[in-house]
Amino acid sequence: MSVFIIRRLMQSILVVWIMSLIVFVGVNIVGDPVDMLINPEADQAEIERFIRDLGLDRPLHEQYWYFVLNALKGDLGNSFIFNQPALKLIIQRIPATFELALAALLMAVTIGIPLGVYAGLNPDYRISKTIMATSILGFSLPTFWVGLMMIMVFAVMLGWLPSFGRGETEMLFGIEFSFLTRDGLAHLLLPALNLSLFKMSLVIRLTRAGTREVVHQDYIKFARAKGISQNRIIFVHLMKNIMIPVVTVLGLEFGGLIAFSVVTETVFSWPGMGKLIIDALHNLDRPVIVAYLMIIVIIFVFINLVVDVLYSILDPRVRLQELKG
Amino acid sequence: MYIRNQLTAVTLAASIALTATALMAADLRVGMNAEPSAIDPHYHNLGPNNAMAQNIFSRLIEQDEKQRLNPGLATSWKAIDDLTWEFKLRKGVKFHDGSPFSADDVIFTFERAPNVPNSPSSFGTYTKGKTAVKIDDFTVQFKTEKPFPLMPQDVSNVHIISKKAAEGATTADFNSGKAAIGTGPFKFVKWVPGDVILLAKNPDYWGDPVEWDHVTIKTIKSGPGRVAALLAGDVDFIDNVPPTDISRLSKDPNVLLSQGISNRVIYLHMDQFREDSPFVTAKDGSKIKNPLLDVRVRRAISKAINRDLIVERVMEGVAVPAGQLLPEGFFAVSPNMKPEKYDPDGAKKLLAEAGVPDGFKMTLHGPNDRYINDAKIAEAIAQMLSAVGIDTTIETMPKSVYFKRASGGGPNKTPEFSFILVGWGAGTGEPSSPLKSLLHTYDKSQGFGASNRGRHSDPTTDKLIEEALATVDDKKRSDLLIKATELAVGQRLGIIPLHYQVNTWAARKGISYKARTDERTVLNLVSSSK
Repeated sequence: MSVFIIRRLMQSILVVWIMSLIVFVGVNIVGDPVDMLINPEADQAEIERFIRDLGLDRPLHEQYWYFVLNALKGDLGNSFIFNQPALKLIIQRIPATFELALAALLMAVTIGIPLGVYAGLNPDYRISKTIMATSILGFSLPTFWVGLMMIMVFAVMLGWLPSFGRGETEMLFGIEFSFLTRDGLAHLLLPALNLSLFKMSLVIRLTRAGTREVVHQDYIKFARAKGISQNRIIFVHLMKNIMIPVVTVLGLEFGGLIAFSVVTETVFSWPGMGKLIIDALHNLDRPVIVAYLMIIVIIFVFINLVVDVLYSILDPRVRLQELKG
Repeated sequence: MYIRNQLTAVTLAASIALTATALMAADLRVGMNAEPSAIDPHYHNLGPNNAMAQNIFSRLIEQDEKQRLNPGLATSWKAIDDLTWEFKLRKGVKFHDGSPFSADDVIFTFERAPNVPNSPSSFGTYTKGKTAVKIDDFTVQFKTEKPFPLMPQDVSNVHIISKKAAEGATTADFNSGKAAIGTGPFKFVKWVPGDVILLAKNPDYWGDPVEWDHVTIKTIKSGPGRVAALLAGDVDFIDNVPPTDISRLSKDPNVLLSQGISNRVIYLHMDQFREDSPFVTAKDGSKIKNPLLDVRVRRAISKAINRDLIVERVMEGVAVPAGQLLPEGFFAVSPNMKPEKYDPDGAKKLLAEAGVPDGFKMTLHGPNDRYINDAKIAEAIAQMLSAVGIDTTIETMPKSVYFKRASGGGPNKTPEFSFILVGWGAGTGEPSSPLKSLLHTYDKSQGFGASNRGRHSDPTTDKLIEEALATVDDKKRSDLLIKATELAVGQRLGIIPLHYQVNTWAARKGISYKARTDERTVLNLVSSSK
């Protein structure tokens, strides 16, 4: 297994390097950050001073060379806008985004799996059909629209929940978390639900399909014939076997949750990485864009690794060495 | 568009929620569109930063909501000769840490302001060519090499910091609050980037007493999100109300709107320097001599545009048709220049006189995320021009791409486009700023015409602008600026003004705001009508 992990990490470095090249060249082709940041009343001399300060007067390959040299020292450059290390800006925002993504994942699993199993066990019930029909909506409605609707209904019309932001936070292990306070939880609920809807629908459909398949297999019939209780059949024999595709997909989708929380974070003004990257894109804050995308790549690579390891634990037939990454 | 409509649909139903959550009067929660990039008032010379600085710091001369100059930390100022301005400072002013304000802080400020490392847009724009000299503890003189009439305007853009608190301080020291010690209406408490800025009342403020004990400023980038936060009672006051929500909100008895014309004019700039302009062709696509060089064609374009219709339909009534660089009420605004009347027949006649009776083909380029409804304005203009025979197609793009190409995307860093839609806000509150940047001949060495993307050039205009910029006497300078505007915009149509933007703020009932022409949200202008 360790050979597998080492090989995997080496590949990751290659992926990150290629990514940095693509992103660096890509953001340097689009637009000009100077026009975004400078006061329109500045004269030509001031504009040139700023271009020199940013190092944008140098040829692109030279800029990239300096970027790589600094990146190897752990410095991904300073934000053009804030003049603070891009990495620091992003790391500051990671807890908020992770908290949101984890809350969404938790919701997707705790709500999605029971509903999916229920619909799989009782495919002809009206409730099951309603669950499946609703899950199609969860797939197809755009996140930002659902988010705005949620704000309208729960914050504006009913006034039950706050309409935006993160609310009060509390320190845990030196990091601010909002799920520890009542106010924070109230703020977390709507955005997490919004972000989880798509995944929840996915989990429902996967679980239902898995249940339908597994429930007719011989070992379930045998267990039933043996007189094992229904609960044990569902929670032990059935669950374990439908979890493999669910874990795989959720693992991959967790990276997506983090990367695509952008929309939800924008709609709910959630102070996470997504909001930072949107602002950075608007203002062409190149170092932040590059650093963000590289961190996302690293997160994806890491999650894939974890999924592979989990997979082998859930399904003893899978041997990691044989996968060769 | 669709999202906004969805949102406004329930605005009325939502008003109940608003009244239910009335708040303690002395605390204010604000939802703002933009966040400053630093608390350091000399780091980044841009709207959101300057607006935030105004809450915490004071300036020698303050600009009121109409950008008129009022005494700030200086009680009086005058030019004692052509090269020297003298400022008498206010006595008895205390910084937030209790230390007294004196001339040393002014000298220190003007030394630091242009020299902040890695500033994305430096305050050197306002301090260059000026040397501050301390005469006594409450008198400061500014010496210049050339006569410099805009001294009060420039000084009114620089926030005074405390020498004691900020000596050797970096931008990070301001962001953490250590050096963010000012004399403004609010004390800085805390900034969580991307989330919240907290301010507290400065009980010793030298100006009008401050009404709010605590202010919480939340950044809410999305327009519908801001409106929802207001309607849900999560904030008391928002800026930049999206135009589509304005008519609904104005009918809501629990919401009070504050609207005011801004110093920002939306205008068209035309290629006036190339015989062969890249985006202008004959109707069959063959090359022609750039017709935009002919003032009659520019006049025809201006006549073909129905500004009232644009304001009424595209801007939903929230704009004012423009005939010059700044709206009425500002310094040196011409009394003679009215918005060009809509006259399609006159436009066709002028085109015929100019030798293009059948019109021609061109592309109008514009941003789609910079000004209020910018892409829609461009569409309307294209249709109006096509109606008089100038077949106009439009191409809009994000501002991050647009401005680079519009300013220098062509060969040798010349402007790439032929016909563009742009806007200009006059930070100084008088027309020398747009005249200098948009209409003076492009001149890199002297810093003129930096945003002259049509490369309008006229020696008489240049002379008038340069003379105005060296005339200290207000009356004479005003006359020169008016003459320059009437010549460059009125007669030569170096640019074609379309309309002035109107900005809208919204608050829950019981709170009002003095709308500012410079589009800034300044919190001691928010007041409650108890």
